[in-house]
Amino acid sequence: MLDSKIPQGPIESKWTKYKSTVPLVNPANKRSLEIIVVGTGLAGASAAATLAELGYKVKAFCFQDSPRRAHSIAAQGGINAAKNYQNDGDSVYRLFYDTIKGGDYRAREANVHRLAEVSGNIIDQSVASGVPFAREYGGLLSNRSFGGTQVQRTFYAAGQTGQQLLLGAYSGLQRQVGLGNVRLFSRHEMLDVVNIDGKCRGIIARDLVSGKLERHFGHAVLLCTGGYGNVFFLSTNAMGSNVTAAWKAHKKGAFFGNPCYTQIHPTCIPVSGDHQSKLTLMSESLRNDGRIWVPKRKEDAAAIREGKLNPNDLKEEDRDYYLERRYPAFGNLVPRDVASRAAKERCDAGFGVNKTGEAVYLDFAFNMKYKYGKQVATLKHISNPTEEQLTAFGHEVIKEKYGNLFDMYKQITGVDPYKNPMMIYPAVHYTMGGLWVDYNLMTTVPGLYALGEANFSDHGANRLGASALMQGLADGYFVIPYTIGAYLANEISVKPISTDHEAFVKAENEVSDRLNKLLAIKGTKPVDYFHKRLGKIMWDKCGMARNVEGLTWAISEIQKIREEFWKDVRVPGDANEFNPELEKAGRVADFIELGELMCKDALERNESCGGHFREDHQTEEGEALRDDENFKHVAAWQFNEVGNWSLHKEDLVYENIKIAQRSYK
Amino acid sequence: MSGNMNINLKVWRQKNGKSQGKLVDYKVEGVSPDMSFLEMFDVLNDRLVSEGKDEPIAFDHDCREGICGMCSMYINGRPHGPNQGVTTCQLHMRSFKDGDTIVVEPWRAAAFPVIKDLAVDRSAFDRIIASGGFISVNTGNAQDANSLPIPKDNADEAFAAAACIGCGACVAACKNSSAMLFVSAKVSQLALLPQGDPERNTRVLNMVAQMDTEGFGACTNTGACSAECPKEISLTNIARLNREYFAAQLGSDRS
Repeated sequence: MLDSKIPQGPIESKWTKYKSTVPLVNPANKRSLEIIVVGTGLAGASAAATLAELGYKVKAFCFQDSPRRAHSIAAQGGINAAKNYQNDGDSVYRLFYDTIKGGDYRAREANVHRLAEVSGNIIDQSVASGVPFAREYGGLLSNRSFGGTQVQRTFYAAGQTGQQLLLGAYSGLQRQVGLGNVRLFSRHEMLDVVNIDGKCRGIIARDLVSGKLERHFGHAVLLCTGGYGNVFFLSTNAMGSNVTAAWKAHKKGAFFGNPCYTQIHPTCIPVSGDHQSKLTLMSESLRNDGRIWVPKRKEDAAAIREGKLNPNDLKEEDRDYYLERRYPAFGNLVPRDVASRAAKERCDAGFGVNKTGEAVYLDFAFNMKYKYGKQVATLKHISNPTEEQLTAFGHEVIKEKYGNLFDMYKQITGVDPYKNPMMIYPAVHYTMGGLWVDYNLMTTVPGLYALGEANFSDHGANRLGASALMQGLADGYFVIPYTIGAYLANEISVKPISTDHEAFVKAENEVSDRLNKLLAIKGTKPVDYFHKRLGKIMWDKCGMARNVEGLTWAISEIQKIREEFWKDVRVPGDANEFNPELEKAGRVADFIELGELMCKDALERNESCGGHFREDHQTEEGEALRDDENFKHVAAWQFNEVGNWSLHKEDLVYENIKIAQRSYK
Repeated sequence: MSGNMNINLKVWRQKNGKSQGKLVDYKVEGVSPDMSFLEMFDVLNDRLVSEGKDEPIAFDHDCREGICGMCSMYINGRPHGPNQGVTTCQLHMRSFKDGDTIVVEPWRAAAFPVIKDLAVDRSAFDRIIASGGFISVNTGNAQDANSLPIPKDNADEAFAAAACIGCGACVAACKNSSAMLFVSAKVSQLALLPQGDPERNTRVLNMVAQMDTEGFGACTNTGACSAECPKEISLTNIARLNREYFAAQLGSDRS
């Protein structure tokens, strides 16, 4: 039933062969084909710009006030590419292998190999469009390491790599806007897709300033709308990040792949109180130089929690560098899921170091002094530097590498991380699940595509660091411009369909009814009340550790929240104005429906893999225990009605990589 | 409630771009010093929704980690509030005292019309970028990224200019509502990189022309823009823009 449309042939030549045989659309015909791009992050901006360069007529939509604000902007650490500039043994195959293994053997080989193949072009394209990556003194590009790899293949711009890449893609997009090839609709939210005769033909969008609903036709629609981490209320996502576009598509026929695969990032600033609206990531790149530890003795941990002991005074031999202890080969650079679980394990066992007991240390003192301090001392020809000199020298290097992250940490916590170890704890960061797509990035609805984090395809059950930026730009710059031709080549004779078509009218009426229904409830509780309740259930029962009992309970609780929401939510104002509470209400209503599906998927997947950790499926050492015999597949859910889905499976075939128990020891 | 500070707010309320606005008093109790400024607004809005007497206050915000550039409050007469080098979302209540009265207004500039309450329309910035803030390189045309070494100092300086988040604080801080710092940051970034060189003349001329069309004021080198910039974008970018602009007008190639 599910056809992933993977091209035949050996993995190394699938994409090359595909590109040279995919049907083309001639330039004259491109001008009469219209494409709608929803979302302007890395995937959306790069796709919209590139498709417009090719000659298609593009409309780009974003809910923010400018396309430059999409949440790709907040990605910190870097972007991977198999350039092997460091001569340390990297290759397309190795990036492919690392990504499949990092994803715990739950990603599709052909898509991942293609991703690795185009990774180098992304760096070339970005540099050409003015992205100021970090450089060495010789003028060439600098690299660093990220989790789950043993090579240095991560390109970066301080701790603001996402910002710089997005601004690069955004400038390309704005160039096309200026040329009249892209029409930009900022402060617009997509509220439904419109299907006609089994094909996606447009969207209904709401102008968020005037509140007016608009109908837009497209020969194809691309959803580049990011992930759904905000279902947990607290996450590192932006406040506006939402699942609404993907969810509306899901309800109109697009299958949802692996919804339970969420990434809990190990290094985030811990929760400080119940007023908290979001969590802030401290980039994984910090694990290049920060060492993670908790006290060896519970008494010391308790003394630290009570403020009686300063962590700087705890002797080296009394510290437990638990990642280095458990995973000597990868140490502090184990993949995210592994690092997160290890932190939870220590905190659950009573070794947490902040007031809530849910924090571990990320400590730079050692490398500041003995790695960088010594380097600088050597450069300065100081043969017997004092400890103070070493710290001062190292301080400057650390500042250059991670300055903005250290500033951010200090701003949020009020504690100076140059003097005290950072306190960190895992938080929801990314969602590997998303709309199911085939090799062409097309969903199960013809003409409807999903790119970037919005699709499920490349990261399996766990994404490696610095791979999200890579995937977003790969999809937008280098994949969709080819694969969309396979579909549009057959659409050249289709004239633009009038938005007076009954399908558009019906879809708009449905959207309008739903908005009016939300406003008419006039209950007693604000939207956030429901969102926070949902988030807590998701975090407790469908977060870092999951079990049958918890998930079963969560499903029935979420159903209750849904009922209550539709009876008792209070949405002020009206539909024909700028109304952020109304926007939020619509998004939370969708999150509630999604939350149920995530729990259902987590319950159905009777194994542990990557970020999906079922307590009833673990090795003696507490590692995720897969069941390849029964679960080596993508779970793709078809929507029937609210709370009711059918499960389809795409078997994952590994022809090039031998699946094994994942080990980072 | 999670804290013990009491804060008196005077907040600009304006139904939409066509209506008159005014400052309205609100008292927020139980504020925690660990709250961000926007989280205090969340608490207030929660209360306003629950009470049902007054509509919640509209304000722009998204990433809440100081990088998207969407938040934009003019706090006690300063864009993004009293602290140096932070956005509103990264301003925490520990920067204020119990009992403080805080005045919160939107950005004020003819080119940034108010949409509602504290939210303004900054799409003029997008149009300025569309007029020339790019390098014309179609996808697929790029050469190998390491084929063109760039001196580290130039790359670092370009990065420092590129760190602009496009929030518009510079415009709000300027008595003339000039957008020079914003425009100069982009002009500088691309002028410092060899990739930006071929279009440097047309870029600066077009971007300055668009800036004028949008209704931003002239620059009189007061420096308030840079002093209030949450990313501390340097005033030297404006000097560089001026050099680029005059050279471009003379048609010099400055090589």
